[in-house]
Amino acid sequence: MLRLPRFRMAVPPTLDEATRMLRDLGAHEQDPGAVGTLGLRVMAVAGGTDLYPNMKRRQFTPEVLVSLGRAVDRTIPSKTASGAGADTFRIGAGATLTQIAEHPVVRARYAALATAAGLVSTPQLRNMGTIGGNVCLDTRCNWYNESLFWRTAEGFCMKTHPDVVCRVATSSPRCLAVASADTVPALMVLGAWVRVRSADAEREVELAHLYQEDGMRYLTIRRDEIVTEVRLPVAEGWRSTYLKARDRGSFDFPIVGLAAAVRMDGRTVADARIAVTAVASRPILVEAARTALVGSRMEDEAIAAAAEAAFKSARPMDNTSSTIAQRKRTVSVFATRALRELRDGAAASAA
Amino acid sequence: MTKQLLTLRVNGETHTVAAEPHHTLLEVLREELGLTGTKHGCELGECGACTVLVDGMPVLSCLTLPTLLDERSEIVTVEGLARGPDLHPLQVAFAEEAAAQCGYCTPGILMAAKALLDRTTTPSREEMAQAIAGNLCRCTGYTAIYEAIDKAAERMR
Repeated sequence: MLRLPRFRMAVPPTLDEATRMLRDLGAHEQDPGAVGTLGLRVMAVAGGTDLYPNMKRRQFTPEVLVSLGRAVDRTIPSKTASGAGADTFRIGAGATLTQIAEHPVVRARYAALATAAGLVSTPQLRNMGTIGGNVCLDTRCNWYNESLFWRTAEGFCMKTHPDVVCRVATSSPRCLAVASADTVPALMVLGAWVRVRSADAEREVELAHLYQEDGMRYLTIRRDEIVTEVRLPVAEGWRSTYLKARDRGSFDFPIVGLAAAVRMDGRTVADARIAVTAVASRPILVEAARTALVGSRMEDEAIAAAAEAAFKSARPMDNTSSTIAQRKRTVSVFATRALRELRDGAAASAA
Repeated sequence: MTKQLLTLRVNGETHTVAAEPHHTLLEVLREELGLTGTKHGCELGECGACTVLVDGMPVLSCLTLPTLLDERSEIVTVEGLARGPDLHPLQVAFAEEAAAQCGYCTPGILMAAKALLDRTTTPSREEMAQAIAGNLCRCTGYTAIYEAIDKAAERMR
């Protein structure tokens, strides 16, 4: 049996108690960049589908886990709201990926999100894993997501042991582990933001600002802050899609994930967004792709320019499956495919 | 660390067990309740061998902490499929179609397939593939498994 290390599980029944607990346990004082993943003594856990395997492999050995299962809302409204708050659609951070993938409003309005959620891992995992957990998913690397046996033989890396060099690029001053959450690029192109709560305050963070280019400190929020809700603009007129490359067709982490969304004004693109993941330590919103598309009629040339912009933004390192060249090229191919799909969909619905 | 008393509803019966708080549902089922039908494979959430149903939904018992489960949650393991001497149609069909070779993945696949057939008794091949996408089988190539699910579905209509 591959057993979890011993730890204490706290199960606060409310958000207030959960945030107080994280504050009192000193969660915010922990800097994973300084102490490494093994130095984290207090951690929050939602579905646990990524944390528990990592704990079993001894990438994390926290003394206390604060379970968010009872504290965080897990509902998704069955309809878009009317009246106050009608301009946003809220998803409780505790909603499972299955709930999101199957939700009629998400499928109808936020196709990229429904698709991305449905492509995360396996049906069993999606019944357990939450959207809040996926948004905060740990970064991944070939040198990190290995068994303790492998890492003991081959040598540890910076992410668990900050005094060791990055094994991907030994001169790198920072950890190069890869952002790997499927739902994040989808949420980014849909203009999502999250509500984040600590014992002292509550604030909203645009999804693009939730991440930074550092495999160890990949989230910009403090470790005593809890993502409580994902919010989406109503997205009238937007069409979106998500494409994923992975080793196994049935389930795997992305080696490239690309989401695209466009809003048409007649036959002209009024607004467009492309976001990619698994090609850097943070998910990337490709600003230049928007410039290439807005005002165009999604002619092949405009799509090619947007795909080129996405290609340039991707800077994969040799730390997932596949090769650097192939992953970069996949970004461009996916951007082209996604945009053609959206163009053809818009034309079909206009006809 | 001391053991903790847990109350679990497993296969329609209420059990109170003393278990280590860091032990997963898989460990509690196998080691405390003696229900060794649920297999431990990768134990990292990748292979699906440990699949059980919690309130009708397939989940991985190797990544479920029983301390976090609601006491009223209904857990069903492969031992809970048969009704007395009567096997579940899936079990009969799996035997008839030789849908198991080494058999290690079979309990997990049976549970994932049960969740599917509880939702629909007319699943398409695509729906079957989706339902057992999280269950690795290294022997059969899946064809016999699909045929067995088909056969069971037909008998359950």
